[in-house]
Amino acid sequence: MAISVNLITGRTIQQGVSMEAGKEKPAYTTACGIIELDPVDFKRLGAYRNTHVRVTSDYGSVVVKAVEATQGPHPGVAYIPMGPWANMVVNPNTYSTGMPTFKGTPVQVEVAKNEPVLGSLELVRKGCRGELA
Amino acid sequence: MTKTVTDVICPFCGTLCDDLEVVVSDDNKQLLEVYNACAIGAEKFLHSQAKDRITRPRMRQEDGSWKEISYDEAIEYTAKMLADAKKPLMYGWSSTNCEAQSVGSEIGEAVGAVMDNTATVCHGTSLIAVQDIGIPSCTLGEVKNRADRILFWGCNPAHAHPRHMSRYSIFPRGFFTGKGHASRKVIVVDPRPTDTASIADVHLQIEQGRDYELLDALRVAFKGEKLPDVVAGIPKAKIYEVAETLKSGRFAIIFFGMGVTQSIGKNHNIDAAIAVTRDLNEYTKAAIMPMRGHYNVTGSGQVWGWLFGFPYAVDLSRGFARYNPGETTSNDLLRRDEVDAVFVLGSDPGAHFPFSSVKKIYDLPSVAIDPHETPTTEVCKVHVPVAFVGVEIGGCAYRMDNVPIETRKVVDAPEGMMTDEEFLTHVLARVKELKGV
Repeated sequence: MAISVNLITGRTIQQGVSMEAGKEKPAYTTACGIIELDPVDFKRLGAYRNTHVRVTSDYGSVVVKAVEATQGPHPGVAYIPMGPWANMVVNPNTYSTGMPTFKGTPVQVEVAKNEPVLGSLELVRKGCRGELA
Repeated sequence: MTKTVTDVICPFCGTLCDDLEVVVSDDNKQLLEVYNACAIGAEKFLHSQAKDRITRPRMRQEDGSWKEISYDEAIEYTAKMLADAKKPLMYGWSSTNCEAQSVGSEIGEAVGAVMDNTATVCHGTSLIAVQDIGIPSCTLGEVKNRADRILFWGCNPAHAHPRHMSRYSIFPRGFFTGKGHASRKVIVVDPRPTDTASIADVHLQIEQGRDYELLDALRVAFKGEKLPDVVAGIPKAKIYEVAETLKSGRFAIIFFGMGVTQSIGKNHNIDAAIAVTRDLNEYTKAAIMPMRGHYNVTGSGQVWGWLFGFPYAVDLSRGFARYNPGETTSNDLLRRDEVDAVFVLGSDPGAHFPFSSVKKIYDLPSVAIDPHETPTTEVCKVHVPVAFVGVEIGGCAYRMDNVPIETRKVVDAPEGMMTDEEFLTHVLARVKELKGV
Protein backbone atom coordinates (compact mmCIF):
# COMPACT_ATOMS: atom_id res chain seq x y z
CA MET A 1 0.00 0.00 0.00
CA ALA A 2 1.31 3.44 -0.86
CA ILE A 3 1.52 6.21 1.73
CA SER A 4 1.61 9.97 1.11
CA VAL A 5 4.33 12.07 2.73
CA ASN A 6 5.79 15.56 2.32
CA LEU A 7 9.30 15.30 0.86
CA ILE A 8 12.15 17.63 1.75
CA THR A 9 15.79 17.42 0.65
CA GLY A 10 19.03 18.85 1.95
CA ARG A 11 22.60 18.22 2.89
CA THR A 12 23.84 15.56 5.29
CA ILE A 13 27.42 15.12 6.40
CA GLN A 14 27.51 11.65 4.82
CA GLN A 15 26.28 13.21 1.58
CA GLY A 16 29.07 15.80 1.73
CA VAL A 17 31.85 13.33 2.52
CA SER A 18 30.82 10.73 -0.07
CA MET A 19 30.31 13.46 -2.69
CA GLU A 20 33.88 14.69 -2.23
CA ALA A 21 35.14 11.08 -2.31
CA GLY A 22 33.57 10.59 -5.74
CA LYS A 23 29.96 10.52 -6.88
CA GLU A 24 30.67 7.43 -8.98
CA LYS A 25 31.48 5.39 -5.86
CA PRO A 26 28.97 3.10 -4.04
CA ALA A 27 29.35 5.16 -0.83
CA TYR A 28 27.53 8.05 -2.55
CA THR A 29 24.58 5.77 -3.32
CA THR A 30 24.59 4.52 0.28
CA ALA A 31 24.53 8.12 1.56
CA CYS A 32 22.00 9.63 -0.85
CA GLY A 33 20.00 6.83 -2.48
CA ILE A 34 17.83 6.66 0.62
CA ILE A 35 14.63 8.08 2.04
CA GLU A 36 14.44 8.82 5.75
CA LEU A 37 11.01 7.95 7.12
CA ASP A 38 9.52 8.42 10.56
CA PRO A 39 8.72 5.22 12.53
CA VAL A 40 5.04 6.17 12.34
CA ASP A 41 5.23 6.26 8.54
CA PHE A 42 7.08 2.92 8.47
CA LYS A 43 4.13 1.46 10.34
CA ARG A 44 1.64 2.98 7.90
CA LEU A 45 3.69 1.65 5.00
CA GLY A 46 3.90 -1.79 6.59
CA ALA A 47 7.55 -2.21 5.68
CA TYR A 48 10.72 -3.26 7.46
CA ARG A 49 13.66 -0.83 7.82
CA ASN A 50 16.11 -0.93 4.89
CA THR A 51 13.51 -2.05 2.35
CA HIS A 52 13.69 -0.66 -1.18
CA VAL A 53 10.78 1.64 -1.94
CA ARG A 54 9.55 3.50 -5.00
CA VAL A 55 8.98 7.21 -4.44
CA THR A 56 6.65 8.87 -6.93
CA SER A 57 5.58 12.49 -7.37
CA ASP A 58 3.80 14.41 -10.12
CA TYR A 59 7.25 15.04 -11.61
CA GLY A 60 8.94 11.64 -11.59
CA SER A 61 9.74 8.43 -9.80
CA VAL A 62 12.81 6.80 -8.25
CA VAL A 63 13.74 3.68 -6.25
CA VAL A 64 15.62 4.28 -2.99
CA LYS A 65 16.22 2.47 0.28
CA ALA A 66 13.89 3.40 3.14
CA VAL A 67 15.74 4.01 6.42
CA GLU A 68 14.59 5.27 9.79
CA ALA A 69 14.85 9.02 10.33
CA THR A 70 18.26 9.97 11.70
CA GLN A 71 17.07 13.40 12.82
CA GLY A 72 13.53 12.72 13.91
CA PRO A 73 10.79 12.35 14.84
CA HIS A 74 9.08 14.05 11.91
CA PRO A 75 5.86 12.14 11.13
CA GLY A 76 4.46 12.91 7.68
CA VAL A 77 7.73 14.42 6.51
CA ALA A 78 10.26 12.36 4.51
CA TYR A 79 13.85 13.27 3.73
CA ILE A 80 16.03 12.34 0.75
CA PRO A 81 19.54 13.90 0.90
CA MET A 82 20.24 16.30 -1.99
CA GLY A 83 21.45 14.48 -5.09
CA PRO A 84 20.24 12.85 -8.29
CA TRP A 85 17.79 10.52 -6.49
CA ALA A 86 15.93 13.37 -4.80
CA ASN A 87 16.02 15.38 -8.01
CA MET A 88 14.09 12.69 -9.88
CA VAL A 89 10.98 13.59 -7.88
CA VAL A 90 11.29 17.19 -6.59
CA ASN A 91 9.02 19.92 -7.91
CA PRO A 92 11.06 21.69 -10.63
CA ASN A 93 8.72 24.68 -10.89
CA THR A 94 10.43 27.95 -9.97
CA TYR A 95 7.28 30.10 -9.92
CA SER A 96 9.29 32.89 -11.60
CA THR A 97 11.97 33.03 -8.93
CA GLY A 98 14.62 30.88 -10.65
CA MET A 99 14.59 28.51 -7.69
CA PRO A 100 13.10 25.03 -8.15
CA THR A 101 10.90 23.99 -5.22
CA PHE A 102 13.31 21.48 -3.66
CA LYS A 103 11.43 21.33 -0.37
CA GLY A 104 7.82 20.39 0.15
CA THR A 105 6.99 17.99 -2.69
CA PRO A 106 4.01 15.68 -1.99
CA VAL A 107 5.12 12.11 -2.81
CA GLN A 108 3.75 8.57 -2.67
CA VAL A 109 5.96 5.86 -1.17
CA GLU A 110 5.36 2.16 -1.88
CA VAL A 111 7.37 -0.98 -1.23
CA ALA A 112 9.50 -2.09 -4.22
CA LYS A 113 11.45 -4.97 -2.71
CA ASN A 114 12.85 -6.39 -5.93
CA GLU A 115 13.80 -3.18 -7.71
CA PRO A 116 17.44 -2.05 -7.51
CA VAL A 117 18.72 1.33 -6.27
CA LEU A 118 20.83 2.61 -9.16
CA GLY A 119 24.20 4.37 -8.78
CA SER A 120 24.26 8.13 -9.48
CA LEU A 121 25.89 7.97 -12.93
CA GLU A 122 23.71 5.06 -14.08
CA LEU A 123 20.55 6.74 -12.79
CA VAL A 124 21.22 9.97 -14.67
CA ARG A 125 22.44 8.18 -17.81
CA LYS A 126 19.44 5.87 -17.98
CA GLY A 127 17.10 8.72 -17.19
CA CYS A 128 18.48 10.82 -20.05
CA ARG A 129 18.23 7.92 -22.49
CA GLY A 130 14.68 7.15 -21.38
CA GLU A 131 15.68 3.71 -20.12
CA LEU A 132 14.17 4.00 -16.63
CA ALA A 133 11.09 2.01 -15.71
CA MET B 1 60.53 13.31 4.74
CA THR B 2 57.42 15.37 5.03
CA LYS B 3 56.58 18.97 5.84
CA THR B 4 53.53 20.61 7.36
CA VAL B 5 51.83 23.56 5.69
CA THR B 6 49.93 25.70 8.20
CA ASP B 7 47.08 28.21 7.87
CA VAL B 8 45.62 26.41 4.86
CA ILE B 9 42.20 27.56 3.62
CA CYS B 10 39.53 24.89 3.19
CA PRO B 11 37.83 25.01 -0.22
CA PHE B 12 34.59 23.31 0.65
CA CYS B 13 31.85 25.44 2.22
CA GLY B 14 31.23 29.14 2.68
CA THR B 15 32.72 29.05 6.18
CA LEU B 16 36.14 29.01 4.45
CA CYS B 17 38.06 27.79 7.54
CA ASP B 18 41.58 29.24 7.50
CA ASP B 19 43.34 27.18 10.16
CA LEU B 20 43.94 23.84 8.46
CA GLU B 21 47.27 22.05 8.59
CA VAL B 22 48.24 19.81 5.73
CA VAL B 23 51.13 17.36 5.64
CA VAL B 24 52.76 17.00 2.24
CA SER B 25 55.81 15.16 0.94
CA ASP B 26 59.02 17.19 0.57
CA ASP B 27 58.77 17.29 -3.22
CA ASN B 28 55.20 18.69 -3.04
CA LYS B 29 53.92 15.76 -5.04
CA GLN B 30 51.86 13.97 -2.39
CA LEU B 31 49.32 15.14 0.15
CA LEU B 32 49.46 12.84 3.15
CA GLU B 33 47.37 14.14 6.03
CA VAL B 34 44.92 16.90 6.89
CA TYR B 35 44.41 18.35 10.39
CA ASN B 36 41.69 20.62 11.83
CA ALA B 37 39.34 20.16 8.88
CA CYS B 38 35.82 18.75 9.14
CA ALA B 39 35.09 15.33 7.62
CA ILE B 40 34.00 16.87 4.31
CA GLY B 41 36.95 19.26 4.01
CA ALA B 42 39.47 16.53 4.83
CA GLU B 43 37.90 14.26 2.21
CA LYS B 44 38.16 17.01 -0.39
CA PHE B 45 41.91 17.40 0.19
CA LEU B 46 42.53 13.65 0.33
CA HIS B 47 40.45 12.87 -2.76
CA SER B 48 42.86 14.94 -4.86
CA GLN B 49 45.28 12.04 -4.30
CA ALA B 50 42.89 9.36 -5.61
CA LYS B 51 44.69 6.78 -7.71
CA ASP B 52 41.80 6.56 -10.19
CA ARG B 53 41.69 10.31 -10.79
CA ILE B 54 41.01 11.38 -14.36
CA THR B 55 43.88 13.58 -15.57
CA ARG B 56 43.16 14.15 -19.26
CA PRO B 57 40.13 15.56 -21.13
CA ARG B 58 37.81 13.07 -22.75
CA MET B 59 35.09 13.16 -25.37
CA ARG B 60 31.95 11.07 -25.57
CA GLN B 61 31.83 8.75 -28.61
CA GLU B 62 28.82 7.67 -30.66
CA ASP B 63 28.64 4.34 -28.83
CA GLY B 64 28.60 6.08 -25.43
CA SER B 65 32.20 5.30 -24.49
CA TRP B 66 34.85 7.92 -23.62
CA LYS B 67 37.87 8.72 -25.81
CA GLU B 68 40.85 10.56 -24.33
CA ILE B 69 41.63 13.84 -26.12
CA SER B 70 44.31 16.48 -25.64
CA TYR B 71 43.73 19.79 -23.84
CA ASP B 72 44.17 21.50 -27.25
CA GLU B 73 41.30 19.50 -28.70
CA ALA B 74 39.16 20.25 -25.64
CA ILE B 75 39.93 23.98 -25.96
CA GLU B 76 39.00 23.89 -29.66
CA TYR B 77 35.70 22.06 -28.99
CA THR B 78 34.76 24.40 -26.14
CA ALA B 79 35.63 27.58 -28.04
CA LYS B 80 33.76 26.45 -31.17
CA MET B 81 30.72 25.34 -29.20
CA LEU B 82 30.50 28.69 -27.42
CA ALA B 83 31.26 30.78 -30.53
CA ASP B 84 28.70 28.89 -32.66
CA ALA B 85 25.92 29.03 -30.09
CA LYS B 86 23.32 31.79 -30.24
CA LYS B 87 22.73 31.82 -26.50
CA PRO B 88 24.97 29.48 -24.51
CA LEU B 89 24.50 28.94 -20.79
CA MET B 90 27.72 29.24 -18.76
CA TYR B 91 26.84 27.80 -15.38
CA GLY B 92 28.63 26.98 -12.14
CA TRP B 93 31.53 29.25 -11.10
CA SER B 94 31.21 28.55 -7.38
CA SER B 95 33.99 26.02 -6.84
CA THR B 96 36.73 28.05 -8.46
CA ASN B 97 38.70 31.21 -7.70
CA CYS B 98 37.78 34.79 -8.59
CA GLU B 99 40.59 34.92 -11.15
CA ALA B 100 38.98 32.12 -13.17
CA GLN B 101 35.57 33.70 -12.73
CA SER B 102 36.75 36.95 -14.27
CA VAL B 103 38.31 35.21 -17.31
CA GLY B 104 35.07 33.23 -17.69
CA SER B 105 33.12 36.47 -17.64
CA GLU B 106 35.20 37.81 -20.53
CA ILE B 107 34.34 34.69 -22.53
CA GLY B 108 30.68 35.19 -21.63
CA GLU B 109 30.79 38.75 -22.96
CA ALA B 110 32.54 37.70 -26.16
CA VAL B 111 30.01 34.99 -27.02
CA GLY B 112 26.84 36.55 -25.57
CA ALA B 113 26.25 33.91 -22.92
CA VAL B 114 23.96 33.71 -19.95
CA MET B 115 26.18 33.57 -16.85
CA ASP B 116 24.65 31.88 -13.84
CA ASN B 117 26.14 30.50 -10.64
CA THR B 118 24.96 28.00 -8.05
CA ALA B 119 23.09 30.72 -6.16
CA THR B 120 20.36 29.94 -8.69
CA VAL B 121 19.54 26.75 -6.69
CA CYS B 122 20.85 28.00 -3.34
CA HIS B 123 20.65 31.61 -2.14
CA GLY B 124 19.39 33.20 -5.37
CA THR B 125 16.10 33.99 -3.70
CA SER B 126 18.03 35.61 -0.84
CA LEU B 127 19.75 37.88 -3.35
CA ILE B 128 16.35 38.88 -4.76
CA ALA B 129 15.14 39.71 -1.25
CA VAL B 130 18.27 41.75 -0.51
CA GLN B 131 17.67 43.78 -3.66
CA ASP B 132 14.05 44.26 -2.60
CA ILE B 133 14.53 45.45 0.97
CA GLY B 134 18.26 45.54 1.80
CA ILE B 135 20.14 43.56 4.43
CA PRO B 136 21.54 44.51 7.83
CA SER B 137 24.52 42.14 8.04
CA CYS B 138 27.91 41.80 9.71
CA THR B 139 31.06 39.70 9.54
CA LEU B 140 31.59 36.34 11.23
CA GLY B 141 34.21 38.02 13.44
CA GLU B 142 31.48 40.24 14.89
CA VAL B 143 29.32 37.16 15.47
CA LYS B 144 32.12 35.45 17.34
CA ASN B 145 32.97 38.47 19.49
CA ARG B 146 29.53 39.97 20.09
CA ALA B 147 26.55 37.77 19.28
CA ASP B 148 24.71 36.36 22.30
CA ARG B 149 21.46 35.39 20.53
CA ILE B 150 21.95 32.93 17.68
CA LEU B 151 19.01 31.94 15.50
CA PHE B 152 19.43 29.22 12.86
CA TRP B 153 16.42 29.26 10.53
CA GLY B 154 16.03 26.42 8.03
CA CYS B 155 19.70 25.52 8.14
CA ASN B 156 21.63 22.65 9.68
CA PRO B 157 25.28 23.67 10.13
CA ALA B 158 26.04 20.44 12.04
CA HIS B 159 25.82 18.75 8.63
CA ALA B 160 26.31 21.46 6.01
CA HIS B 161 28.85 23.83 7.63
CA PRO B 162 30.37 21.51 10.23
CA ARG B 163 32.86 23.95 11.82
CA HIS B 164 30.67 27.04 11.67
CA MET B 165 29.38 26.50 15.20
CA SER B 166 32.79 25.94 16.77
CA ARG B 167 34.57 28.73 14.92
CA TYR B 168 31.96 31.50 14.89
CA SER B 169 28.45 30.97 16.09
CA ILE B 170 27.96 28.85 19.22
CA PHE B 171 31.10 27.74 21.02
CA PRO B 172 33.97 30.24 20.57
CA ARG B 173 34.96 32.58 23.38
CA GLY B 174 34.99 36.05 21.84
CA PHE B 175 35.84 39.51 23.20
CA PHE B 176 32.35 40.16 24.62
CA THR B 177 31.33 36.51 24.71
CA GLY B 178 33.98 35.20 27.08
CA LYS B 179 31.93 32.32 28.37
CA GLY B 180 31.52 30.81 24.90
CA HIS B 181 28.45 28.59 24.65
CA ALA B 182 27.28 29.61 28.13
CA SER B 183 27.06 33.27 27.12
CA ARG B 184 24.79 32.55 24.17
CA LYS B 185 21.18 31.50 23.67
CA VAL B 186 20.68 29.34 20.59
CA ILE B 187 17.35 28.99 18.78
CA VAL B 188 16.75 26.61 15.86
CA VAL B 189 13.72 26.72 13.57
CA ASP B 190 13.42 23.55 11.49
CA PRO B 191 10.70 21.04 10.54
CA ARG B 192 13.02 18.28 11.80
CA PRO B 193 14.75 18.01 15.19
CA THR B 194 18.14 18.22 13.52
CA ASP B 195 21.55 17.63 15.07
CA THR B 196 21.91 21.42 15.24
CA ALA B 197 18.58 21.61 17.08
CA SER B 198 19.83 19.08 19.63
CA ILE B 199 22.35 21.61 20.99
CA ALA B 200 19.95 24.54 20.91
CA ASP B 201 18.20 26.07 23.92
CA VAL B 202 14.95 26.25 21.97
CA HIS B 203 13.84 24.26 18.92
CA LEU B 204 10.72 25.37 17.09
CA GLN B 205 9.57 22.38 15.02
CA ILE B 206 7.76 24.41 12.41
CA GLU B 207 5.33 22.91 9.91
CA GLN B 208 7.28 22.59 6.67
CA GLY B 209 6.70 25.54 4.31
CA ARG B 210 5.13 27.84 6.93
CA ASP B 211 8.19 30.01 7.50
CA TYR B 212 6.55 33.22 6.32
CA GLU B 213 3.75 32.88 8.88
CA LEU B 214 6.11 32.22 11.76
CA LEU B 215 8.44 35.08 10.79
CA ASP B 216 5.46 37.43 10.67
CA ALA B 217 4.24 36.07 14.00
CA LEU B 218 7.62 37.01 15.54
CA ARG B 219 7.19 40.58 14.31
CA VAL B 220 3.77 40.67 15.94
CA ALA B 221 5.18 39.24 19.16
CA PHE B 222 8.00 41.82 19.29
CA LYS B 223 5.32 44.51 19.47
CA GLY B 224 3.37 42.58 22.12
CA GLU B 225 0.30 42.33 19.87
CA LYS B 226 -2.16 39.43 19.86
CA LEU B 227 -1.38 36.13 18.12
CA PRO B 228 -3.65 33.19 17.21
CA ASP B 229 -3.25 30.20 19.56
CA VAL B 230 -1.05 28.30 17.13
CA VAL B 231 1.04 29.62 14.21
CA ALA B 232 2.81 27.21 11.82
CA GLY B 233 2.40 24.45 14.40
CA ILE B 234 4.01 26.49 17.21
CA PRO B 235 1.93 27.50 20.28
CA LYS B 236 1.79 31.26 20.82
CA ALA B 237 3.38 31.10 24.27
CA LYS B 238 6.52 29.67 22.65
CA ILE B 239 6.58 32.44 20.05
CA TYR B 240 6.29 35.17 22.71
CA GLU B 241 9.08 33.46 24.65
CA VAL B 242 11.40 33.37 21.62
CA ALA B 243 10.58 36.99 20.79
CA GLU B 244 11.49 38.00 24.34
CA THR B 245 14.73 35.98 24.22
CA LEU B 246 15.77 37.74 21.01
CA LYS B 247 14.86 41.21 22.31
CA SER B 248 16.73 40.72 25.56
CA GLY B 249 20.07 39.98 23.87
CA ARG B 250 22.88 42.47 23.26
CA PHE B 251 23.48 41.26 19.71
CA ALA B 252 21.21 38.90 17.79
CA ILE B 253 22.23 37.14 14.58
CA ILE B 254 19.94 35.19 12.26
CA PHE B 255 21.56 32.58 10.00
CA PHE B 256 19.27 31.15 7.36
CA GLY B 257 19.58 28.39 4.79
CA MET B 258 17.79 26.31 2.22
CA GLY B 259 14.82 25.68 4.49
CA VAL B 260 13.59 29.18 3.71
CA THR B 261 15.10 29.82 0.25
CA GLN B 262 13.82 26.61 -1.35
CA SER B 263 10.43 26.26 0.34
CA ILE B 264 7.34 27.76 -1.16
CA GLY B 265 7.33 31.53 -0.66
CA LYS B 266 11.00 31.66 -1.69
CA ASN B 267 12.27 35.26 -1.74
CA HIS B 268 9.26 36.45 0.25
CA ASN B 269 10.35 34.24 3.14
CA ILE B 270 13.68 36.08 3.14
CA ASP B 271 11.89 39.44 2.91
CA ALA B 272 10.12 38.50 6.12
CA ALA B 273 13.32 37.29 7.81
CA ILE B 274 15.09 40.55 6.96
CA ALA B 275 12.07 42.49 8.24
CA VAL B 276 12.33 40.56 11.52
CA THR B 277 15.98 41.63 11.76
CA ARG B 278 15.06 45.23 11.01
CA ASP B 279 12.34 45.20 13.67
CA LEU B 280 14.70 43.67 16.22
CA ASN B 281 16.99 46.66 15.80
CA GLU B 282 14.29 48.73 17.55
CA TYR B 283 15.22 46.87 20.73
CA THR B 284 18.81 45.69 20.36
CA LYS B 285 21.50 45.19 17.73
CA ALA B 286 20.59 42.52 15.17
CA ALA B 287 22.04 41.19 11.92
CA ILE B 288 21.21 38.47 9.41
CA MET B 289 23.41 36.32 7.17
CA PRO B 290 22.78 33.67 4.52
CA MET B 291 24.65 30.37 5.07
CA ARG B 292 26.37 30.25 1.68
CA GLY B 293 27.15 26.76 0.45
CA HIS B 294 30.05 26.56 -2.02
CA TYR B 295 33.28 28.11 -0.77
CA ASN B 296 33.31 30.77 -3.48
CA VAL B 297 29.69 31.23 -4.57
CA THR B 298 29.85 34.55 -2.74
CA GLY B 299 32.93 35.43 -4.83
CA SER B 300 31.20 34.81 -8.14
CA GLY B 301 28.44 37.16 -7.00
CA GLN B 302 31.10 39.73 -6.13
CA VAL B 303 32.95 39.37 -9.45
CA TRP B 304 29.76 39.73 -11.50
CA GLY B 305 28.61 42.48 -9.19
CA TRP B 306 31.57 44.64 -10.08
CA LEU B 307 31.68 43.54 -13.76
CA PHE B 308 27.99 43.52 -14.66
CA GLY B 309 26.09 44.94 -11.70
CA PHE B 310 24.20 41.70 -10.90
CA PRO B 311 25.19 38.78 -8.68
CA TYR B 312 23.76 35.87 -10.72
CA ALA B 313 21.48 35.07 -13.69
CA VAL B 314 23.27 37.62 -15.91
CA ASP B 315 22.11 37.50 -19.53
CA LEU B 316 24.76 38.96 -21.88
CA SER B 317 23.14 37.69 -25.09
CA ARG B 318 22.00 41.15 -26.20
CA GLY B 319 25.44 42.67 -25.77
CA PHE B 320 24.68 44.25 -22.40
CA ALA B 321 23.89 42.80 -19.00
CA ARG B 322 20.26 41.94 -18.23
CA TYR B 323 19.03 40.32 -15.05
CA ASN B 324 15.61 38.84 -14.50
CA PRO B 325 15.41 35.83 -12.14
CA GLY B 326 12.66 33.54 -13.37
CA GLU B 327 13.65 34.28 -16.95
CA THR B 328 17.46 34.39 -17.05
CA THR B 329 17.99 31.69 -14.41
CA SER B 330 19.44 28.30 -15.44
CA ASN B 331 16.50 26.03 -14.67
CA ASP B 332 13.97 28.28 -16.38
CA LEU B 333 16.21 28.65 -19.46
CA LEU B 334 16.81 24.90 -19.71
CA ARG B 335 13.21 23.88 -19.17
CA ARG B 336 11.99 26.38 -21.76
CA ASP B 337 14.62 25.32 -24.34
CA GLU B 338 16.02 28.87 -24.47
CA VAL B 339 19.71 27.96 -24.58
CA ASP B 340 21.54 26.03 -27.30
CA ALA B 341 24.78 25.01 -25.55
CA VAL B 342 25.81 24.38 -21.95
CA PHE B 343 29.19 25.05 -20.35
CA VAL B 344 29.62 23.97 -16.73
CA LEU B 345 32.56 24.84 -14.48
CA GLY B 346 32.90 24.32 -10.74
CA SER B 347 29.48 22.85 -10.08
CA ASP B 348 27.44 19.71 -10.62
CA PRO B 349 24.01 20.49 -12.05
CA GLY B 350 23.72 16.84 -13.13
CA ALA B 351 23.37 15.90 -9.48
CA HIS B 352 21.77 19.04 -8.09
CA PHE B 353 19.30 20.29 -10.70
CA PRO B 354 15.84 18.75 -11.02
CA PHE B 355 16.04 15.91 -13.53
CA SER B 356 13.95 17.69 -16.17
CA SER B 357 16.77 20.26 -16.45
CA VAL B 358 19.49 17.58 -16.53
CA LYS B 359 17.79 15.90 -19.48
CA LYS B 360 18.00 19.17 -21.42
CA ILE B 361 21.76 19.39 -20.82
CA TYR B 362 22.10 15.84 -22.19
CA ASP B 363 20.29 16.89 -25.39
CA LEU B 364 22.57 19.92 -26.02
CA PRO B 365 26.23 20.42 -26.98
CA SER B 366 27.89 20.56 -23.58
CA VAL B 367 31.25 20.77 -21.80
CA ALA B 368 31.93 20.11 -18.11
CA ILE B 369 35.10 21.40 -16.41
CA ASP B 370 35.46 19.48 -13.16
CA PRO B 371 38.25 17.64 -11.30
CA HIS B 372 35.76 14.89 -10.36
CA GLU B 373 33.74 12.43 -12.38
CA THR B 374 30.14 13.50 -11.69
CA PRO B 375 26.60 13.04 -13.03
CA THR B 376 27.26 16.27 -14.99
CA THR B 377 30.31 14.81 -16.73
CA GLU B 378 28.17 11.75 -17.40
CA VAL B 379 25.65 13.75 -19.46
CA CYS B 380 28.11 16.18 -21.13
CA LYS B 381 29.84 15.60 -24.47
CA VAL B 382 33.29 16.69 -23.26
CA HIS B 383 34.78 16.44 -19.75
CA VAL B 384 37.85 18.51 -18.92
CA PRO B 385 39.49 17.56 -15.60
CA VAL B 386 41.42 20.40 -13.93
CA ALA B 387 43.51 21.08 -10.84
CA PHE B 388 41.65 21.52 -7.51
CA VAL B 389 41.46 25.19 -6.56
CA GLY B 390 42.54 25.67 -2.95
CA VAL B 391 44.58 22.45 -3.05
CA GLU B 392 46.69 22.48 -6.21
CA ILE B 393 46.35 26.16 -7.10
CA GLY B 394 45.64 29.22 -4.95
CA GLY B 395 43.42 32.19 -5.72
CA CYS B 396 40.87 34.50 -4.15
CA ALA B 397 37.66 33.27 -2.55
CA TYR B 398 34.93 35.10 -0.61
CA ARG B 399 33.62 33.80 2.69
CA MET B 400 29.87 33.80 3.39
CA ASP B 401 30.18 37.22 5.08
CA ASN B 402 31.80 38.71 1.94
CA VAL B 403 35.32 38.70 3.38
CA PRO B 404 37.88 37.84 0.66
CA ILE B 405 40.47 35.23 1.63
CA GLU B 406 43.40 34.11 -0.50
CA THR B 407 43.38 30.31 -0.75
CA ARG B 408 46.71 28.47 -0.87
CA LYS B 409 48.35 25.89 -3.03
CA VAL B 410 49.62 22.99 -0.91
CA VAL B 411 50.51 20.27 -3.43
CA ASP B 412 51.35 19.98 -7.13
CA ALA B 413 48.65 18.92 -9.56
CA PRO B 414 49.36 15.69 -11.50
CA GLU B 415 51.82 16.21 -14.36
CA GLY B 416 50.43 18.22 -17.28
CA MET B 417 47.04 19.14 -15.78
CA MET B 418 45.66 22.60 -16.42
CA THR B 419 44.00 24.90 -13.90
CA ASP B 420 40.56 26.46 -14.48
CA GLU B 421 42.17 29.81 -15.20
CA GLU B 422 44.68 28.42 -17.71
CA PHE B 423 42.03 26.47 -19.57
CA LEU B 424 39.68 29.46 -19.71
CA THR B 425 42.46 31.79 -20.86
CA HIS B 426 43.14 29.50 -23.82
CA VAL B 427 39.43 29.23 -24.62
CA LEU B 428 39.11 33.03 -24.47
CA ALA B 429 42.00 33.49 -26.91
CA ARG B 430 40.47 30.98 -29.35
CA VAL B 431 36.97 32.48 -28.99
CA LYS B 432 38.38 35.91 -29.85
CA GLU B 433 39.98 34.46 -33.01
CA LEU B 434 36.74 32.77 -34.03
CA LYS B 435 34.65 35.86 -33.37
CA GLY B 436 37.25 38.21 -34.89
CA VAL B 437 37.28 40.50 -31.84
